[in-house]
Amino acid sequence: MRTAVGAVAVICAICGHAAAEENLSIFSPESPPANSVRDLFYLIFAITGVIFVLVEGLILYSAIRYRRKPADASAEPAQIYGSAPLEMAWTVAPLLIVFVLFLVVVRSVVEAREDPTHANRLEVKVIGHQWWWAYEYKGADGSTVVTANELHVPCDEPGDPTPVALTLESADVVHSFWVPRLAGKTDLIPGKSNRMWFATDKPATYYGQCAEFCGMQHANMKLLVISEPRAEFNAWLENEQQVAVEDATVAAGRERFLALACVNCHTIRGASSRGAVGPDLTHLAARQTLAAGAAPLTREKLIAWIEDPDSIKPGSLMPNMHLSRKDCELLADYLESLK
Amino acid sequence: MSHASLSSSHGSTAAARRAGPAVDLRPTDRVRVGMIAFLISEAAFFSTLVVAYITYMHQTTTGPTPEEVLKLPLAIGGTICLLASSLTVHVAAGALRGARMGTFYFTLFVTIVLGALFLLLTAIEWRELIFEHHLTISRNLFGTTYFTLVGFHGAHVTVGVILLAVMSGLARFGKISSANHDPFEVVSWYWHFVDTVWIVVFTVVYVVGR
Amino acid sequence: MAVVEGASPDTPDFAAGSRRHAAAVVSTWVTTVDHKQIGILYTVTTLVFLIIGGLEAMAMRLQLWSPDANLIGPDAFNQLFTMHGTTMVFFVVMPMLIGFANYLVPLMIGARDMAFPRLNAFSYWLFLFGGLLTYFSFLAGGAPNVGWFAYAPLTEYAFSRDHSTDYWILGMLVSGVGTLAGAINLVTTILTMRCPGMKLGKVPLFVWMMLFDAILLVIALPPLTAALAMLLLDRGLGAHFFDTSAGGSALLWQHLFWFFGHPEVYVMALPAFGIISEVVPVFSRKVIFGYESVAAATVAIGFLSMGVWAHHMFTVGMSNALDAIFSGASLLIAVPTGIKLFNWIATIYGGRVRFATPMLFAVGFLAMFLMGGLTGIMLAAVPVDWQVSDTYFVVGHFHYVLFGGSLFAMMAAIYYWFPKATGRMLDERLGRWHFVLMLIGFNLTFFPMHIAGMLGMPRRIYTYSADRGWTYWNQMATVGAMVLGVAFAIFFWNIYVSLRRGKIAGDDPWDAWTLEWATTSPPAPYNFEQIPIVRSRRPLWDLKHPEDPDWDHE
Repeated sequence: MRTAVGAVAVICAICGHAAAEENLSIFSPESPPANSVRDLFYLIFAITGVIFVLVEGLILYSAIRYRRKPADASAEPAQIYGSAPLEMAWTVAPLLIVFVLFLVVVRSVVEAREDPTHANRLEVKVIGHQWWWAYEYKGADGSTVVTANELHVPCDEPGDPTPVALTLESADVVHSFWVPRLAGKTDLIPGKSNRMWFATDKPATYYGQCAEFCGMQHANMKLLVISEPRAEFNAWLENEQQVAVEDATVAAGRERFLALACVNCHTIRGASSRGAVGPDLTHLAARQTLAAGAAPLTREKLIAWIEDPDSIKPGSLMPNMHLSRKDCELLADYLESLK
Repeated sequence: MSHASLSSSHGSTAAARRAGPAVDLRPTDRVRVGMIAFLISEAAFFSTLVVAYITYMHQTTTGPTPEEVLKLPLAIGGTICLLASSLTVHVAAGALRGARMGTFYFTLFVTIVLGALFLLLTAIEWRELIFEHHLTISRNLFGTTYFTLVGFHGAHVTVGVILLAVMSGLARFGKISSANHDPFEVVSWYWHFVDTVWIVVFTVVYVVGR
Repeated sequence: MAVVEGASPDTPDFAAGSRRHAAAVVSTWVTTVDHKQIGILYTVTTLVFLIIGGLEAMAMRLQLWSPDANLIGPDAFNQLFTMHGTTMVFFVVMPMLIGFANYLVPLMIGARDMAFPRLNAFSYWLFLFGGLLTYFSFLAGGAPNVGWFAYAPLTEYAFSRDHSTDYWILGMLVSGVGTLAGAINLVTTILTMRCPGMKLGKVPLFVWMMLFDAILLVIALPPLTAALAMLLLDRGLGAHFFDTSAGGSALLWQHLFWFFGHPEVYVMALPAFGIISEVVPVFSRKVIFGYESVAAATVAIGFLSMGVWAHHMFTVGMSNALDAIFSGASLLIAVPTGIKLFNWIATIYGGRVRFATPMLFAVGFLAMFLMGGLTGIMLAAVPVDWQVSDTYFVVGHFHYVLFGGSLFAMMAAIYYWFPKATGRMLDERLGRWHFVLMLIGFNLTFFPMHIAGMLGMPRRIYTYSADRGWTYWNQMATVGAMVLGVAFAIFFWNIYVSLRRGKIAGDDPWDAWTLEWATTSPPAPYNFEQIPIVRSRRPLWDLKHPEDPDWDHE
């Protein structure tokens, strides 16, 4: 009875969840590696489900069927010391099941690890930081394009997913890149370079977050992967490659930015700001969120962030610069112009 | 008193003899089994330090390297001291069993001296490494793994020397003797173990790693 | 036969004793080297840590009730989950099982005490001091906040500037030495102090499991000691073992920690298996089915458990070959575990099951451990692990084996052996309420976690956003935790009232078959007037059934 209820609950959960605004279910895969895991999981669910029903059933049956009745309170039942055939049976059968599972797993691992060899493959380097993501692309001219916190990827034909190969590194502690609908997670380990891939074939936004405890704000190190048609992706990459927009109306804000300590940590290409501690802000305003998903990118949140980072992401490594409200607004004006 | 028949007061000795020895080991084997279990745990401990050493072997990119600063003569001298001390402690254990106390005290003394000599040679080597070559535990990976592995071994030698000295004192007070020689026996096992660890450390650090 | 009327002269009156002779009583307990008293010290201390660890969990569940909650901030939350894990593993489950072993093993093998009574006391006090040292950190700038497995380089000085990590390391080292000493003591005791006739093949299964448990500790604990020393050297003396900027390896910590960490979970499981192997036969009124198989499976599990550690590291980018090996070994270890489960079921089958509270918890164990084992098989499949590793799916899995498994077994043990240790029975009605609420609360708390994990919720996050669809499952878990709180309250209440006015137990209230039931309740300090002589695995069965003794069948 409990089994049936549990099964129904799980099914409802998974179906019902498709309705969640940000879907991170491993059962809604949209990429070959994630698809393959889902299929494997279904197989294992089936096998373990059968085992569960049989064995749990046997436990409950034995306990209930052989409960002591008042009538036979004094006599002891027959003492059975063992049975070699039975031991053989319940050793060999599980061994076979385990062996089959093992073969299935090995094949799955080998398939998943093969680097995709698609002509349109995209390579991106991901560098994990406490508590944000740096992305490095190769521009059309071969130069490196650095951005942060939003991973844009191209998709081409439905049915022909375009692979994205990620090289994963860390600037500080161990992190883990996990966007469930695209692939299983792979860790970013300082001193080591890892590889993973996924492939999308239709425009959509995918969500995830860091999956290895990395300190104070591990919970707010979110991942945003935006899959867009090839033309839009190219346009985005080209824009990212440009130096910062120079909007004369926000000159005051730009001057404050360059005069204050912001330049020590942040890069804004084109302005003389070359810091490498915090995210690249050259095209901040083209992004949807702030501080790796800690808040949506709105003017109000931007001002609040500059004024007191701890109010949005307590423990964040961006210090409170104790700026005046006026300065914060000017800086927000400037940053909002960096499309 | 239905449980009285578990070991009847009349025939308990006879019944026990009929039942045969329950254990292949006697209660007096306690100290030996305990020491063996302890030495297995120590083997696991040192194995871990050796694994760390091997993991980082030849990975040092800056600072003094084993080839540059490790000198064989001192290490070989230390090895000879420890190997000889295993021999002398073995003789001492046999002498204690046979109640030959003169031999016992003498060979025990020599063992302690050899152990102390090993420590002295280590100290000399370390002085040179630290002050002349500026190799410290924080200098580089080699410094880190070298001082940790050799240091923990040296600490175990120190404890061994102290234990041997204590054994000498206990013997003078009659607490250990040929009738009660197990405590010394197991301390000598500890000493042999420390010696064996040194053979591994020597091979890994001074031979393979250089 | 089951219950002897009237109190034995040894049944203590706890209330009066502690009031009148407070100083003398404290002094006795502080200086004792008697294995039974040390066992009780372990049990009481671990029950206190259980309450503390439980409160830490409740606090977390309250914070996770709603998305973007502000009840507990990240700093405090990170300390809570670190301390909850560290407490439950190192200061509750492991020492409680060692405490049970302390109490029961000498009695079960017909000995008067452990091999090294003073070392035994030393082990207990080191455990206590290690726990207190770790908890002192709350008053000294903050508790450890790096997770109970403390991955480097987060634990290096550069990323963990205060002393909280040092408290973690030192607390682990101190209590670790105590645990190792206890393990050496157990191995020696079981190998050298069995009574005449009790060959190794005739010991109660609890004793057999504790032997291999202790061997596992002797081999697997020292690598943790070494790793802790390395980390301390990194933090204190600037060594570079895990300093990736100087060539050190973050993965070395993971390998060393899990080389200890995985056998550790079997250290927590084997004694539970031993308890179940004692309780199920007595309450099914049948000899354990397949003693030799259960014993052999134990050895297999002990051996295999040392070869699966990297299944905690499937996401770090090991080679296909390594992933495959560790996956295969992890799947393989399910086989001996299954063998045991089947033998326990076969013991119940055909019996005359009496559902006293110990048996309720034992059957609960079987049902819950099976589920934990099955999710373990899922996790052993590498690609599945790539999705659900480091998520609430794993949190669900290990709570099913450690709580539904080990803790349920410990509850069975307490209800079963409390009468032996105190001379009084725990109340059956309260016990039933305790069991039912615990079973419901436990499943309500931890089953939804599997779902949250499959829906993308990682571990160790102090909050989550509303858009991710995790709220409902977190709320279920929080409600379950509250139910568990009530269940535990009933449990402690049961202990309190039963100590004062529980039914007098007599020597052998359950009509059981192993040697501890041949002593008074509680046993005399010397355990047995005369060392018993045994001929089979169930000496008391032989006495009670002289027409059909076990030795005719073994």
